[in-house]
Amino acid sequence: MTGMKKKKLISNFITYGIVIIAFIIVQIMQSTGNLSSMMTGLLVPLCVYVVLAVSLNLVVGISGELSLGHAGFMCIGAFAGAFFSKCTQNTITVGGLRFFLALLIGAAFAALFGLLIGIPVLRLKGDYLAIVTLAFGEIIKNVINVFYVGVDSHGVHVSMKDQFSLGMEPDGMLILNGPQGITGTPKDASFLAGIILILVTLFVVLNLIDSRDGRAIKSIRDNRIAAESIGINITKYKLMAFTVSAALAGAAGSLYAHNLATLQAKKFDYNLSILALVFVVLGGIGNIRGSVIAAVVLTALPELLRDMAEYRMLIYAIVLIVMMIFNWAPKALEWRERYLGRFFRKSVKEGK
Amino acid sequence: MATMLEVKNLGISFGGLRAVNAVDMEIEKGMLYGLIGPNGAGKTTIFNLLTGVYKPTDGIIKLDGEDITGKPTIEINKAGVARTFQNIRLFAGISVLDNVKAGLHNHYKYSTLAGICRTPSYRKVEKEMDERAMELLKVFELDKEADYLAANLPYGKQRKLEIARALATDPKILLLDEPAAGMNPNETQELMETIHFVRDNFDMTILLIEHDMKLVAGICEELTVLNFGEVLCQGKTADVLSNPQVITAYLGE
Repeated sequence: MTGMKKKKLISNFITYGIVIIAFIIVQIMQSTGNLSSMMTGLLVPLCVYVVLAVSLNLVVGISGELSLGHAGFMCIGAFAGAFFSKCTQNTITVGGLRFFLALLIGAAFAALFGLLIGIPVLRLKGDYLAIVTLAFGEIIKNVINVFYVGVDSHGVHVSMKDQFSLGMEPDGMLILNGPQGITGTPKDASFLAGIILILVTLFVVLNLIDSRDGRAIKSIRDNRIAAESIGINITKYKLMAFTVSAALAGAAGSLYAHNLATLQAKKFDYNLSILALVFVVLGGIGNIRGSVIAAVVLTALPELLRDMAEYRMLIYAIVLIVMMIFNWAPKALEWRERYLGRFFRKSVKEGK
Repeated sequence: MATMLEVKNLGISFGGLRAVNAVDMEIEKGMLYGLIGPNGAGKTTIFNLLTGVYKPTDGIIKLDGEDITGKPTIEINKAGVARTFQNIRLFAGISVLDNVKAGLHNHYKYSTLAGICRTPSYRKVEKEMDERAMELLKVFELDKEADYLAANLPYGKQRKLEIARALATDPKILLLDEPAAGMNPNETQELMETIHFVRDNFDMTILLIEHDMKLVAGICEELTVLNFGEVLCQGKTADVLSNPQVITAYLGE
């Protein structure tokens, strides 16, 4: 094994380790009663955002394409998963199994849409791709917003007008109620499930990056023309990155849906996509561990600052700006190289 | 000797501009062939036609008897054409070793799932790829820099890495676009030796574009001189370089 490989392996294990240690610490805090109810309520969303950030980093950092529609894939995953759980609430009584299937279904639907949307939009590059993905994200949200779906003994009823035009029998169950979304999804999500999803996501992304396919994806990012000249199929690998990323975002959405009493499409707007992008940029484009940390810090920060009341969003913004400058400004990089380089020489030089 | 690359009546128009017109070329297997001409003569355009970046408006390109005219770049590479670029195009963000391994992409395979799950077939194939890539890097004396980011290599070594990556695709013919551009005389001398070495040890046919006349005269066995998209002169290097027409095209009246 070359030195580089060993280093990568160690780096990956540190990433898994951070997640596992975070889990253990939270468990201890919870059992000793040191965790505020606010933080307890935040645990599952934290996992959701971490998975979302890591999945987006696969597109933005590894594949090098700017996608602003990630909330859309999360939305599809959330609704597909919640829909499934509501329908099978009475048939599959084992919560764990039902939730596992709901995650898979969320991921599968998001992957399907990732593939379908990816085929046309990945012909574009850079800013153009960003704008088109943004549009698709909004379209997904708005389309789900107008659907009414119900189930009765005659089967599934679908309408785009209102819930009364479904024409259901009185014993029918309304599942998707337009802008009101899905209510009463079984609360299957737990912090443990979230941590497992994070670990699975990290496993998939880190190993994919470091395989033959990942190499192809990165080579296309670095130089498309050269990648083509050595026989790498550009469309195939761009779609692969996009689809895998969409699937993981879909699983994150499904996790999210099973933590809420009411799931509404309007929550998956472009603000969420931008938030995910902030996690990725702040943590370091292409740096998977950075995405995990950035997602946790930026999600937990507003809650930790709750005591400061009106100043908290101000502090949040300042922290964001300072971290961004420290991480990315050329002068700051130079400074880091000079003073911290002594300790982190290798990671600064070779890490991305 | 068998013909490796045969080009007949090759031409392309961009709108009203006839960039390349009626070019014929025949390159024998194992030959070091030069394509020269003043700036804007259409040399790189011919490379782009040969590698499928552009589709020819007319003409035929045959590689080792197989018609590759108008095929996509990927298919042409699979058929056996590899190239380097005038302005170096490396995969700057990945390691030197990974650059070469990317070149091995179509020769060593395992499924995506095997890659994610790290199955034994992943380990086995990756090991073979590492070995093959290191062999290639040793040829170009880049094995010590295998773990460097490609972007951090010095200029001359970047040129070499690009050749190594092209060779990793196991081509029948190697197209080098101004390999000596930006090199000092020492580096150029070293490059000439490398090119000779590649030809002899990889049993390679090489077509190169070059402005450095010392390099051209030193290693090319035959030449085609282009001017305004057309063949000005063709033949053995010594004959071509002493042709008064060629001297005029290069130096002016």
